[in-house]
Amino acid sequence: MKLKRTLLGCTMMLSVAAFALGSPASANDELQKLQGDANQWVMPTGNYANQRYSALDQINATNASKLHPVWSFSTGVLRGHEGGPLVIGNTMYVHTPFPNNVFALDLNDNGKIIWKYEPRQDPSVIAVMCCDTVNRGVAYGDGKIILNQADATTVALDAKTGKELWHVKNGDPAKGETMTMAPMIVKDKVYVGISGGEFGTQGRFTAYNMKDGSLAWNAYSVGPDEGMLVDPVKTTNMGKPIGKDSSISTWQGDQWKTGGGSTWGWYSYDPALNLVYYGTGNPSTWNPTQRPGDNKWSMTIFARDADTGMAKWVYQMTPHDEWDYDGINEMILADIPVKGKQTKALVHFDRNGFGYTLNRETGELLVAEKYDPAVNWATHVDMQTGRPQVVAQYSTQQNGEDKNSRNVCPAALGSKDQQPAAFSPKTGLFYVPTNHVCMDYEPFKVSYTAGQPYVGATLSMYPPKGETNLGNFIAWDAGQGKIVWSDPEPFSVWSGALATAGDIVFYGTLDGYLKAVDIKSGKELYKYKTPSGIIGNVTSYTHNGKQFIAVLSGVGGWAGIGMAAGLGNDTDGLGAVGAYKQLSNYTQLGGVMTVFGLD
Amino acid sequence: MRNTSLLAFSGLVGAGLLLAIAGSPGAKAENDPVYEVQAGRVDQHTFNGYRRYGESCLRCHGPDGAGSSYAPNLTESLKHLSYDDVVNVITNGRQNVTKSQNNVMPAFGTTEDVILYMDDIYGYLKARSDDKLPRGRPKRIGDDS
Repeated sequence: MKLKRTLLGCTMMLSVAAFALGSPASANDELQKLQGDANQWVMPTGNYANQRYSALDQINATNASKLHPVWSFSTGVLRGHEGGPLVIGNTMYVHTPFPNNVFALDLNDNGKIIWKYEPRQDPSVIAVMCCDTVNRGVAYGDGKIILNQADATTVALDAKTGKELWHVKNGDPAKGETMTMAPMIVKDKVYVGISGGEFGTQGRFTAYNMKDGSLAWNAYSVGPDEGMLVDPVKTTNMGKPIGKDSSISTWQGDQWKTGGGSTWGWYSYDPALNLVYYGTGNPSTWNPTQRPGDNKWSMTIFARDADTGMAKWVYQMTPHDEWDYDGINEMILADIPVKGKQTKALVHFDRNGFGYTLNRETGELLVAEKYDPAVNWATHVDMQTGRPQVVAQYSTQQNGEDKNSRNVCPAALGSKDQQPAAFSPKTGLFYVPTNHVCMDYEPFKVSYTAGQPYVGATLSMYPPKGETNLGNFIAWDAGQGKIVWSDPEPFSVWSGALATAGDIVFYGTLDGYLKAVDIKSGKELYKYKTPSGIIGNVTSYTHNGKQFIAVLSGVGGWAGIGMAAGLGNDTDGLGAVGAYKQLSNYTQLGGVMTVFGLD
Repeated sequence: MRNTSLLAFSGLVGAGLLLAIAGSPGAKAENDPVYEVQAGRVDQHTFNGYRRYGESCLRCHGPDGAGSSYAPNLTESLKHLSYDDVVNVITNGRQNVTKSQNNVMPAFGTTEDVILYMDDIYGYLKARSDDKLPRGRPKRIGDDS
């Protein structure tokens, strides 16, 4: 929750009892306090609860039409720009994709560059980055800026000078291990994850000590109990102890060693429960026949003790993945009524097209409903077992190797990818950028070579039959599991949303628009075409008492594969319905941060 | 190397001529691998090329070789590169890293799923490049589906 300075804001926040922060007695008081200050944007996720909510309301539904760009900043890098800037006091920190430059900009001096950090990295790492050279941003804490470089090095910089204070190798690019995710700092530790699910890496969630970069602990997503930091008795799944060897018993032989379960999404933290939450990615390979079993704990929501890393509970969304429904999407923490009962909830919009609401204290599954009506691979989630009920026609396992499973919705990029949703404590609703894309998926046998793609499926993607839009931006009631409103978008919405106390939701589009829509209806209030497609997240802050909105544009990422020629198969006659508007006809590459304000 | 369809061969010759005019070293060599397309259906090698492409190339070069925001459109590239050029780049990779470009192609020289099927992948992409094969999953000659 963001604390607002005005009385009005405070009253509102209290009346809806958004998300209570824990006792201020915890070790890192600074960040806990700062994340409640709407004037700054101190962590990539907005606050620990990952709500991407701003309590600022100078820019509101009444005056949003008067927004305009007030300044912009070229990052000098062409590739896909995910994430967004931080604002700490009068300094803005802007990051770039590879080579992962970081800029500190002086807001008191028209964005003058205070310092620039330019890492030296072996460019060969680019070749093992799955889907473009994206980076989702830096974290701030303890006077340091923490950067995860593409080459799996975590670096601490002096926030004032940009001088490197320490660095640590968190992975080996020669094995396909890279880093794209934004770190999260809690107390005296920084949490980082690893990418490389398409290279057969063994995913893990790692904590380093902020002081010197020494390893605090490391928790694998798959493998033996000790390495995963799980307790066969105390760690629960659907309310029951997970038991001994819960992961390795669901893999054939040593396959867990190349089992994936990467950890590159956005993390969240509940100070009151002292739990940190994240999702694990797809099992490797994409060919399900090659890895029999549930492949635990890939595709899983983890709740871990923030100090020790021990898992409190787990919930696997897509056992034995057959579609690359990479489960890394963010967990949003909010206190909301769920089916009439006030609940400490965790809300998660999975790649697999289901919007999950769980009790974040116990891991109890409360709601699992489709947040895109096109989703067809499963009829529903069995609320007793937690397992999705897979439709045979769309099961790439049941159809088998070398068989093409057609019209599976969603596509591998999911009903939503990493682009984070927002939550408004004022409305109690979630605002979700979504993909509206289906696929044909054909698995085949592959062999594992360290540092080489370990994929084992080919796919084609296209909008659902008879439809032309590839994306929607929706409002979601996580207590009921229902869409409240839905704005169609011609392309997938690949930008992180921002909800504000000004009754607006902001998001960016792949064709480059920053849009402000009415939080109640989704009605468009303002749009502006930035220099390139937007896959970054929208941020708000104040400077000298005035509210601003900032967003990175710079098309790329997984979304960039549709750049050249659009998605899909022109043999199916689908082109006739106008779906394949080539993104390259609308936008070109280039990283620019644009800042918007009122006069 | 395989060497089959006359139809495909004439297409390649056409491309070879264009390359010659452009002054490219990559003229069509007699034993370059080729593809077979009959009434929109492809031979097993070309089909396998499509799948291997999906395995190792798609995440950068996009669906159907059409390119992405960060890797070139191969249906264009193969109009300008010889078979030997293509084999060389796939085997050894290449780097184009400058102030403005950060393009790195990995070396697949030790990747079985690529190197064993090099000619299949080339044939598939060449068929795409020659406009003999539309986007999407090709059907196999003799297949019902």
